[in-house]
Amino acid sequence: MKAAVLVFPGINRERDMARTLRLVSGREPAMVWHADTALPPGTDLVVVPGGFSYGDYLRCGAIAARAPIMDAVRAFADKGGLVLGVCNGFQILCESGLLPGVLMRNQNLRFICRDVYLRVERSDTPFTRGYNAGQVIRVPVAHGEGNYIADGETIARLEGEGRVLFRYASPDGLLDPDWNHNGAINGIAGILGERGNVLGMMPHPENHVEASMGRTDGRGLFAGLVDHLAQAA
Amino acid sequence: MKARVTVTLKSGILDPQGKAIEGALKSLGVAGVASVRQGKVFDIEIEGGDRARAEAVLKEAAEKLLANTVIENYRVDVLP
Repeated sequence: MKAAVLVFPGINRERDMARTLRLVSGREPAMVWHADTALPPGTDLVVVPGGFSYGDYLRCGAIAARAPIMDAVRAFADKGGLVLGVCNGFQILCESGLLPGVLMRNQNLRFICRDVYLRVERSDTPFTRGYNAGQVIRVPVAHGEGNYIADGETIARLEGEGRVLFRYASPDGLLDPDWNHNGAINGIAGILGERGNVLGMMPHPENHVEASMGRTDGRGLFAGLVDHLAQAA
Repeated sequence: MKARVTVTLKSGILDPQGKAIEGALKSLGVAGVASVRQGKVFDIEIEGGDRARAEAVLKEAAEKLLANTVIENYRVDVLP
């Protein structure tokens, strides 16, 4: 795996992400500055990490989405390259047009920082092959704007094409408004782009990858990506 | 030239911030408030005096950055 982690001013989760990529893949990821115009040669995974790019000014992710490096990311994704956006990274991918929809203010207006349960909807994608469909994983969230919405037609397409990969659920995997902490439509926590090679998700799988963190539920996502890329090579 | 771009949420988009402000106004006893929607105002100075060009520049600014047209509408006003 030759991962590239994008770095924008105000991002603060890029080191967690780099540490996890190194831990799971055994290879140091490249850190790529927002003002660069090209990804390192041979990059096979682009990760847009979490944080508060540009202080969340204007709209979360809006300014980062227009940074010079994003043209290179768009071209990489157009050629089928794998892109993962977490938290602010999901917001940036939505603002850049790589994913549909918008992350709105949480329904209860609060910043929410705690563990949530996610139901993995499919296991036949590069991002979820480390899990079983229907499996429930526990990972942290930390966001004020994670309430996913899109117009009805877009939601119908996402659901119809099986592009919702993760949903907020109860520990038993049931969809329940009480376990949908931010109010996202249909409990959507993570979605795939049209071609299945771009994933955006609000929760932080990179923070549950080793025993010393308490849990390892997030590891399957990165281990699955390593397997997928090893097979593709 | 002075200009203003006003960005507002499309109707039907839930606005929790507007709702919170509406609730605060009601609890302050401000009578007669039926509902509140929050938006954004950008005051922008445009170089030169060509009105049509200014409007085109502002429209480009709104489309490219100031508004997310998935959820927001915008209005451009070049001030006299």
